[in-house]
Amino acid sequence: MQFPKVTLERPRWTPFNIVAAIVVVVGLGITVLRFTKGLAATTNLSDYNPWGIWIGFDLLVGVALAAGGYVTSAACYLFGLKRFHTAVRPAILTGFLGYALVVLALHYDVGRPWRLPYPFIVQQGTTSLLFEVAACVALYLTVLFIEWTPAALEWLGLKRARNLVVRLTLVLTIFGVVLSTLHQSSLGALFLIAPSKLHPLWYSPYLALFFFVSSIVAGLSMVIFEGALAHRYFHHKMDEAHRREADGVALGFAKAASWVLGGYFVLKVVGVAQADAWHHLASGYGAWFLVEVIGFVLLPCFFFAIGAREKNLRIVRFTAAWAVLGIVINRFNVGLIAFNYHLPSSERYFPHWMEIGISLFIVTIGVLAYKFIVSHMPILYAHPDYEPH
Amino acid sequence: MSISRRRFLGWMGAAGAGLAAGGRAHAAALPPSGGHPDALGVLFDVTRCIGCRKCEEACNRVNELPPPERPFQDLGVLQKTRRTDARTYTVVNRYEGIPGAKGPLYRKIQCNHCLEPACASACFVRAFTKNPDGAVTYDESVCVGCRYCMIACPFEIPTYEYDKALTPRVMKCTFCHPRLVQGLLPGCVEACPSEALTFGRRRDLLRIARERMAQFPGRYLDHIYGEFEMGGTAWLTISGVPFAAIGMREDLGTTPAPELTKGALGVVPVVAAMWPVLLTGIYAINRRRDRIAREEREAAVAAAVARAEAEAKKKLAEALAKAEKDKKAAIEREVKKALEEAARARGEAPAGPTPGTPGATKPA
Ligand code: SF4
Ligand code: SF4
Repeated sequence: MQFPKVTLERPRWTPFNIVAAIVVVVGLGITVLRFTKGLAATTNLSDYNPWGIWIGFDLLVGVALAAGGYVTSAACYLFGLKRFHTAVRPAILTGFLGYALVVLALHYDVGRPWRLPYPFIVQQGTTSLLFEVAACVALYLTVLFIEWTPAALEWLGLKRARNLVVRLTLVLTIFGVVLSTLHQSSLGALFLIAPSKLHPLWYSPYLALFFFVSSIVAGLSMVIFEGALAHRYFHHKMDEAHRREADGVALGFAKAASWVLGGYFVLKVVGVAQADAWHHLASGYGAWFLVEVIGFVLLPCFFFAIGAREKNLRIVRFTAAWAVLGIVINRFNVGLIAFNYHLPSSERYFPHWMEIGISLFIVTIGVLAYKFIVSHMPILYAHPDYEPH
Repeated sequence: MSISRRRFLGWMGAAGAGLAAGGRAHAAALPPSGGHPDALGVLFDVTRCIGCRKCEEACNRVNELPPPERPFQDLGVLQKTRRTDARTYTVVNRYEGIPGAKGPLYRKIQCNHCLEPACASACFVRAFTKNPDGAVTYDESVCVGCRYCMIACPFEIPTYEYDKALTPRVMKCTFCHPRLVQGLLPGCVEACPSEALTFGRRRDLLRIARERMAQFPGRYLDHIYGEFEMGGTAWLTISGVPFAAIGMREDLGTTPAPELTKGALGVVPVVAAMWPVLLTGIYAINRRRDRIAREEREAAVAAAVARAEAEAKKKLAEALAKAEKDKKAAIEREVKKALEEAARARGEAPAGPTPGTPGATKPA
């Protein structure tokens, strides 16, 4: 067994590296402040606004955008769409990194992060949807880690361990889909307990379903989006199969995303009808709701369909970014913007720059980790010594 | 003083007697999972509150909370609408210019000690306990600090010690649970000089509230806030003006918080049980489809190979046959040639002409 040598080239001062370095340094500084001076010194959280962007963005958006892992592996291994095979490893990798970063972000947000295991080992609050979210995220992070290990093990040359893990693919995939269904939906269901605080256009008994269905959109769009980025920056790392299949993956996923977005749009309309919230559409919040549902659900649905039909990759990639933005807006609306809608503006929340700083810091860590792994491990190419699984 | 300690102990005795006499019928009137039919509560009468902040002061003292920025005697703080915060379990606010009210009105805020608390249902480490005496208490030794309880509480009561780096706690009124178990009154109730706070068993308080409404017609609205709100609360409020005018939400509904999430939680075992079955099924179908496709492909290949082989054999046979024929023809040709040659040789010989040969008919 021979371990690969990691050749760390001397960092070149490209604009990306400079920005990343600044973000990391500032982030480390804020980290020190956060754990010595507390949340009050680094956030705009208040008694009315106990959740800020570390939940609204890092948790809600983070988990949704990391859905590519379960969506892609389910499509390939369960639904037998083998032509998406080369998309699985990158999607699993981004899923794994995404969830790891979500958990990292939670360490900043909760008051006593070293107690994060308490809900499992001390007392189980099983009546809480947050318990379900926590349990599923913890388990799924483990699953994603195992699903990702073949790449690392191939890189390390640990053939037997790698083959053992590969044999678990089916079980892991099913387990991953079950866990994802549960916690993606539960993130929406978290807000079910607060009907008096979430605007009626967003509050719905279907919140769980909304979050689950839109997570599929997020997963599909992110795979397309990341694929486009990877092509741009890591083209040299890709093998023939990746390059050949990539366009098919983008078009196939665009078609699927179009269908799911269509269904999601119908669900949202049913939600408004069920709550009989039509009259709210005439308000400021109503206008914003229409922007979300028409501008970031219905229109991307059409454009995905057009892009897939015309086989136009530019449209597909553009629409993927658009749909991802739509998911971000939705999670922000539920978690921050339409939440506490009843409070006077003086009591509303706006993030502190340090909160934004930490969120950027965490995203940057993710990008750097992705860069490192993609540059060294067989993610965008199949390792020559191994059969693809 | 509203109720003396002795009277409180009397309350407790009556509670025991009441349990023996008619507890059952009363219990039936409580929401099914409200649990504790003899639970205590407090009735806050808005028409009696004079806004003196004595309850705030007492609360601060008995709970050993940090000293306030401005002294409790300073009624100037009433200028601003306040809420509970990490150093304040209870707050009195002033509301002015309310139609139908002669002067300003005051309302006390604190934890309502819900019968089915949203905070307790939301906490993922079960840091909250609904005690049999009615108090909803919090255990800081397990709290992770996720603050979901604050999201969940419809009355916006729990607060957080954001300024503590290592040991932040959720802070909220305890109903003076530690005092109750000692037979003492809650600090605020004990301190109220105008009997705006009445302490007792919740079901007695409901009766007392109704009696007051009957006794002073027109003084109260026919609504005991907290009787049904969010499934009912231990603390109850009666008022002469609409509750919305004194900052209380009237749109909370009567559904207890756990009811709101029951459906979503109920789905969990269904998904956990059905999904694997379904997905394995889909996998199996696709695998079968793949296998059949593969088999068909293989069969097609085999057939093609067989056909090609047959073709080749036929061609070979034909080629052989043709070769045979060619050979035969060649032999025949050779034989014929040889015969002709032989005949020609014979004709040149003196033995005379061979019949049938042109030379034979030729006159010599
Ligand atoms: S008022 Fe809020 S904090 Fe108090 S018991 Fe009810 S839900 Fe919990
Ligand atoms: S902040 Fe503490 S008490 Fe509140 S829900 Fe979270 S763990 Fe429970």
